[in-house]
Amino acid sequence: MCGIAGLIYRDGTHEIGRDLTRMLQSMKHRGPDSTGYALYGPRGHRILMRYTLADANTPRDFEFADRLRRHQAQVLDRLRGLGATVHDVEAETEYAYRIELELPAANGGEPDLKAIADRLEDIPDCEVLSLGHSLEIVKDLGDAETVSDQYELKGFTGTHAIGHVRMATESDVDISGAHPYWAYPFSDVAVVHNGQLTNYFQWKRRLERSGHRFQSECDSEIIAVYLAEKMSDGASLEDAMRDSLEELDGVFTYIAVTDDALGVAKDEMAAKPLVLYESDDVVALASEEIAIRAVLDREIETYDPYESEVLVWQR
Amino acid sequence: MAAVGEQRITYDARGLAEPNAEAPRVATVEDGRATFDAHDLTTRQINLELRRLLYEEGITDVTVLNPGAKHSLGVGILTRCRLRFEGSLGYFGLGLIDGPEIVVTGRVGWSACENMMSGVVQVESNAGSLTGAAMRGGDLVVKGRVGARTGIDQKGGTIIVGEDAGSMTGFMMQRGRMIILGNAGPGLGDSMYDGTIYVGGTVKSLGIDCVPGEWTDADTELIERKFSIYGLGDPPELQKFVCGKKLYNYDNLEPAERKLVL
Repeated sequence: MCGIAGLIYRDGTHEIGRDLTRMLQSMKHRGPDSTGYALYGPRGHRILMRYTLADANTPRDFEFADRLRRHQAQVLDRLRGLGATVHDVEAETEYAYRIELELPAANGGEPDLKAIADRLEDIPDCEVLSLGHSLEIVKDLGDAETVSDQYELKGFTGTHAIGHVRMATESDVDISGAHPYWAYPFSDVAVVHNGQLTNYFQWKRRLERSGHRFQSECDSEIIAVYLAEKMSDGASLEDAMRDSLEELDGVFTYIAVTDDALGVAKDEMAAKPLVLYESDDVVALASEEIAIRAVLDREIETYDPYESEVLVWQR
Repeated sequence: MAAVGEQRITYDARGLAEPNAEAPRVATVEDGRATFDAHDLTTRQINLELRRLLYEEGITDVTVLNPGAKHSLGVGILTRCRLRFEGSLGYFGLGLIDGPEIVVTGRVGWSACENMMSGVVQVESNAGSLTGAAMRGGDLVVKGRVGARTGIDQKGGTIIVGEDAGSMTGFMMQRGRMIILGNAGPGLGDSMYDGTIYVGGTVKSLGIDCVPGEWTDADTELIERKFSIYGLGDPPELQKFVCGKKLYNYDNLEPAERKLVL
């Protein structure tokens, strides 16, 4: 089933970690397997990276702790090798880390995130969850309260966020199968999806041939990489999303988000739900209205977007 | 921004986690009319309180304040009464009802009034997809817009929509009437067996075997009557759509069945 939620404040920063936790927790019944957040804090000059060195349910064998230590040392080593200055390294759990980096500019001015992601993911079991100036993706097993407590998200302030509660149907219950997906290798782009894609393998092969990598066996990851590919060809987020209505098969409602915009797309059958609330200072959308009510506890006017609709809001 | 208090959210929208719930007995009764606030109650508590008032106390006029878009409220009410929800309902609201007259001042979510048997439901705002699914009788009036697949498998009654309707409206409709005052999405009346759909605005596309129908005096009479009952003003010009009966196989019984009938 899965549940998705999105929140964009147009009047400055708010406690989006707390708000999104409330939204996702109220939809726990739509998917108790795992919960994920893509949160956008204030944009700084440093690059934020979230990554894992093992999955939550990786067997804890005798070597486990040693391996984590060894791999973490390798991560820092390779980052320095790429010319990065490593600032705050935080271990959020025994296997999930958050790092702030300063990177040398590559040609074009922006640092080469693909090179970093590829170099780090070459380390066994290492998975880069997100890389960007303000995007931070946090995902783990359990409901929203569990994940939010584990990663101390309640105090996270920012302007917009999306989240996902997962009922695993197409792939395993693990962190790599959890949403949101970062649109590798694009800075600050993430996607959550409710539905199933039926031309998954076609698109996966096509995108792999053009140099993209996939972290998981999950069909939803296609959307993130698909949008990333379109945007690297110069399309805007909205245009890329419109193209996806034609080119992706299956049933879907997905939310895509960048550092200054949040968009939602529904398939041509309107098979998956979405309830939308819009006012001058906030846009809230979710699979069920109770999620919106969890942050706006008053009578509000909401509606369901129609089939084949793409809506994008700028921050 | 008005937010919920700092307490941890414990509301379980499924209502499954409270098998031993009891009616909270929080309603105030005045002149035979009951009112209660649903804000801090769970789905099951709200429904049990409704049942207590309607079935045990014999009250026929109940107002529920702050339903807060919770799911599955007012389901399976099988007695004649007046209900008023001051706010919005979530998914699967007002399903399987037989008899009540209900007003919802906000909106309803997906699958509202599913399998409604009789009575009247008026929704002042919008409705989600699958509104009036498998409905068998009564009147369902949505003043705002409705989502996709409104009246899917409708077997009777009347659905009136004040604004637009989404895709596949009247999908597999079998009987009854649907009046859409706004525009209808693609696939209107797809695979319908019988029944009538009236549309005031434009139709994006007709579904398989849905064709324009011939307007009769009975249509005018029906439309005028419904419009006057629900205070919808003068009816606009409507187009009528019915089943083309190309896919119509009601009479093509299986040989064994035919023998039984003959």
